[in-house]
Amino acid sequence: MLDRAPGDVTSKDDTTRRVRFRGAGFVPASSRFGGWIALALVIAIWQAAGSAGLVNALFLPTPSAIARALYELAISGALWQHLSASLLRIGVGWILGTAAGVTVGFAIGLSRLARSVGITFISALFPIPKIALLPLLILWLGIGEEPKIATIALGVFFSTAISVYSGVDAVPRNLIRMAQSFNVPFATIVRKVIWPGALPAILAGFRITASVALLLVVSAEMIGAQYGIGAFVLQAGNLMQTDQLLAGVVILSVFGLAVGKVIGWLETRLLHWR
Amino acid sequence: MDLIASHITHRFGDLAVLDDVSFTVGAGEVVAIVGPSGCGKSTLLSILGGLLQPTSGAPELRGAPPADSLNPLTFVFQDFALLPWATVEENVEFPLLHTQLSAAQRRALVDDALRRTGLTDFRKTYPKQLSGGMRQRVGISRALAVKPAILLMDEPLSALDSQTRELLMEDFVRLLADGGMGAVYVTHNLEEAARLADRIVVLSRRPGRIREVVTVPMTRAARGEAAAREKLLALQNQIWSLIRNEAIDAEREVQHA
Repeated sequence: MLDRAPGDVTSKDDTTRRVRFRGAGFVPASSRFGGWIALALVIAIWQAAGSAGLVNALFLPTPSAIARALYELAISGALWQHLSASLLRIGVGWILGTAAGVTVGFAIGLSRLARSVGITFISALFPIPKIALLPLLILWLGIGEEPKIATIALGVFFSTAISVYSGVDAVPRNLIRMAQSFNVPFATIVRKVIWPGALPAILAGFRITASVALLLVVSAEMIGAQYGIGAFVLQAGNLMQTDQLLAGVVILSVFGLAVGKVIGWLETRLLHWR
Repeated sequence: MDLIASHITHRFGDLAVLDDVSFTVGAGEVVAIVGPSGCGKSTLLSILGGLLQPTSGAPELRGAPPADSLNPLTFVFQDFALLPWATVEENVEFPLLHTQLSAAQRRALVDDALRRTGLTDFRKTYPKQLSGGMRQRVGISRALAVKPAILLMDEPLSALDSQTRELLMEDFVRLLADGGMGAVYVTHNLEEAARLADRIVVLSRRPGRIREVVTVPMTRAARGEAAAREKLLALQNQIWSLIRNEAIDAEREVQHA
């Protein structure tokens, strides 16, 4: 009797008892305000510790000092100067990298020749930290905006190409066969079957490439830029202005959150069928 | 228009799947293909519908398709193959999008196909909101929209529960009743084959060869009558006796694969 505990076999007890519920847990669900409450709590403790002198303000300024630094940056106009420089680099680099990545990703996903050639190159070049190429790109493109934008575009390109061809590969083959069985032309299959089928993976890739772009813009600006959030953070660090340094970090965090929200909105709009 | 399987042989690498299969599906005729698991039924259907290139032999068409047919050989898939991002009516309209039809003509075809499958009230819903049976109705509706001459049905009911299967079976009987549309119906369910088909092609174990072609000895219309049940049951038993031993061998082979 495999379904009984040994003790049950000889039991003569005929009283009824409720079966113990064993199905709880393993269904994580986040509450709507839980994260914000936790964040507020951490900031409050941080502020209290700083105000009480438990933490040296040079190493970790209080949240209010960071907010003050942000405010001063904003009214002096420096915030917009640095932010606009970074946004321009990220925007142009991301668009160029994404356009190339989507094109190459689709080519690899749809063409045997492109796959044979493309995957070899992508496998060889993807692991290289793109920031290591910045000096070479400066040599090739000069010391202006071009090498920074090219670094971001390169970083975005590889991740995008990989997510796009993985997305194309993941489109159920039965849908493609169905379309072929109705003599639907190749271009229509790409537009009406493969593109929407690959879109979840492509949008997931956008989340990653937005982070990659942010990482690369800060790195590139730290190496060679006068303006930009990365340059600002580096300057603040060199001058031991940790409140300004952390103000720059907060701006980066807010930017990352905003991009995440935009992609989340796109997913809600474009993937409502899921 | 007739569909002819002409000496079709197929191999997947070293694996021989089909061996010299030949038969003809006449206009308006329903031919069921049955056989043990892995005998190449679905492969044969893919070859007949032009989705798979046979190693040798060929599927052929004889005669002109009906003038209004937009896709003479039309599949109904086991897994429905619906676009999950498209509504019911968009799914049904999908095979019409690349045709020369005007929007009004497409709309008329979609409306007619939805009406014939009882989906008019569900036109704006997405596949994930539908039950399995309703999803297959969408697949059937999509097939009807292109006015096929021959439906190629690959185990269209096997993913459904028995009650839904029974209801859709009644729909198939009704849709195929007027003889205007033929079908090749691949199934492992002998009851479905006996109820729907005019002839039943029995394939042997892999590599699939035609073992026997059984003609169902009554009209499709007569099969709904009580008196027909006994005869159909006897027919099923006859076919089962043909494939039983091979089905057991095939099952063991699958289990040990």
